Amino acid sequence: MTRSFSRWVLVSYGIYLLLPLYWLLSMAVRTNAEIVGDFSVLPQSPTLANFAEIFSSPVWYQAFGNSLTYVAINTLISLAVAIPAAYTFSRYRFLGDKQLFFWLLTNRMAPPAVFLLPFFQLYSAIGLFDTPLAVALAHCLFTVPLSVWILEGFFSAVPTELDEMAKIDGHGFLYFFFRVFLPINRGAIGVTLFFCFMFSWVELLLARTLSGASSKPIVVVMTRTISASGMDWGVLAAAGVLTVIPGILVVWFVRKDLVKGFALGRVS
Amino acid sequence: MSSFKPHDNRAWLGVLPVVLIVGFSAVIPLMTVLNYSVQDILDFNSRFFVGFQWYRETLHDPRFLSAFVRQITFSLTVLLIEIPLGIAVAKGIPKTGRLTPLILILLALPLLIPWNVVATIWQIFARPDIGLLGVGINALGISYNYTSEPLHAWLTLVAMDVWHWTSLVALLSFAGLTAIQLPFYQAAELDGANKWQVFRLVELPRLRGVLIIAILLRLMDSFMIYTEPFVLTGGGPGDTTTFLSQYLATMAVGQFDLGPAAAFSVIYFLFILLFCWLFYTSVALDDDS
Repeated sequence: MTRSFSRWVLVSYGIYLLLPLYWLLSMAVRTNAEIVGDFSVLPQSPTLANFAEIFSSPVWYQAFGNSLTYVAINTLISLAVAIPAAYTFSRYRFLGDKQLFFWLLTNRMAPPAVFLLPFFQLYSAIGLFDTPLAVALAHCLFTVPLSVWILEGFFSAVPTELDEMAKIDGHGFLYFFFRVFLPINRGAIGVTLFFCFMFSWVELLLARTLSGASSKPIVVVMTRTISASGMDWGVLAAAGVLTVIPGILVVWFVRKDLVKGFALGRVS
Repeated sequence: MSSFKPHDNRAWLGVLPVVLIVGFSAVIPLMTVLNYSVQDILDFNSRFFVGFQWYRETLHDPRFLSAFVRQITFSLTVLLIEIPLGIAVAKGIPKTGRLTPLILILLALPLLIPWNVVATIWQIFARPDIGLLGVGINALGISYNYTSEPLHAWLTLVAMDVWHWTSLVALLSFAGLTAIQLPFYQAAELDGANKWQVFRLVELPRLRGVLIIAILLRLMDSFMIYTEPFVLTGGGPGDTTTFLSQYLATMAVGQFDLGPAAAFSVIYFLFILLFCWLFYTSVALDDDS
């Protein structure tokens, strides 16, 4: 595998990656008449009408708000419980630690389709159905195990001498943990944030099952629009473009940590 | 995990929040599924114990078996494409330089698009009437229509999955490659190794860790695939692209066959566990020898 060959692979793959995205963007700025009319690679008369329709309809922007709410809650819960657990796994042995770790991972392997109905009943029974919290908690099923898995790898790579030095310096554990340990693991937290966001934002099946009329997430509204108004390709494409934007923002904010975090993690 | 960690059972306090939150979402629903799987549920007031009847019926159901074969074929196909392609893409990324972050962000993009939007993008892209790909292929003189031809539908799903997930393999592999220190390459150069030998003997062994993560994640997720075929092909034409998750969702939510659906769920979950366990132990055995 020579360098020039792999460059060639990268460039061709990049084109393959961009073509569908270009097409989405190009569809989003066309009118439906143009889309179903004569085929053209470039939009003939670009328009923002599709976006205007989305921004003027509360159904759309409320759905955006609902999705962002449960993703944010999910990310916060995942990080809050996974950080202490990952630290514990990386620093101590305890009764049943290996079994517990494996049990956590098995939850990552459970197909969401398996849990649809029980989840619906469980969250209805405790009165959380149709709230962002229900979706956030359900998504914890796979974001928490993944977060523990990723963070444990990073934390184990930090030498325990660091913990002991802080003790010798006379700092309490909480000071050490929040002022020393977490800051040097910023990269790890960035990567974990990326994965939590990624798996919660993109999930449809559980989000659809656990949300009723008042907390409908954006992914659900998109599927409804397809069936409701026939095929409104332009609006559908515009909504697609809008759902990509939060992802771009997240990668942009964690970009330095992402590169560093991926590179420094205990991955080899 | 390092070997000189102190043994302390009070450490359970640190993992307790995780156990509670995952347990809440995992144990109660799993118990419910197990409970349903041995009952015939007509409605919530009249139900009978039927033992393993649903399990036997599921394992002999020809539709389950054909969905299972389709599922395995699909998962193996995408793994065989995505893993080598991801490594090759990762090798093409410059290790330092101003372009590197830009390339990584671009690669991460498909991973951050909601799954039904991924399918919508491919629907718009591949349709033979309005899609760039669909119109393009037909313009080459090849008749292509993924909505009516089973083979085309299947190939479109594979192309979409490769588009969607190769980035994950590439990002993880890139992380693994940048962790390899320069002296390894210098030593290989001194020994007169060619590029292929450097890859085979220096890089590939050090990618093992990340590749295990990548293969496990792709194995689990491709086996659970639901949203993308649901939106893109709806499982069709016919049931040619109906995979296990979709079959299950139709059974549980569409037809409300709770007992059989629950037995199906348990079998499905056990199969994923089995695959991952087999893969994991074969890797671990390899480690020992």
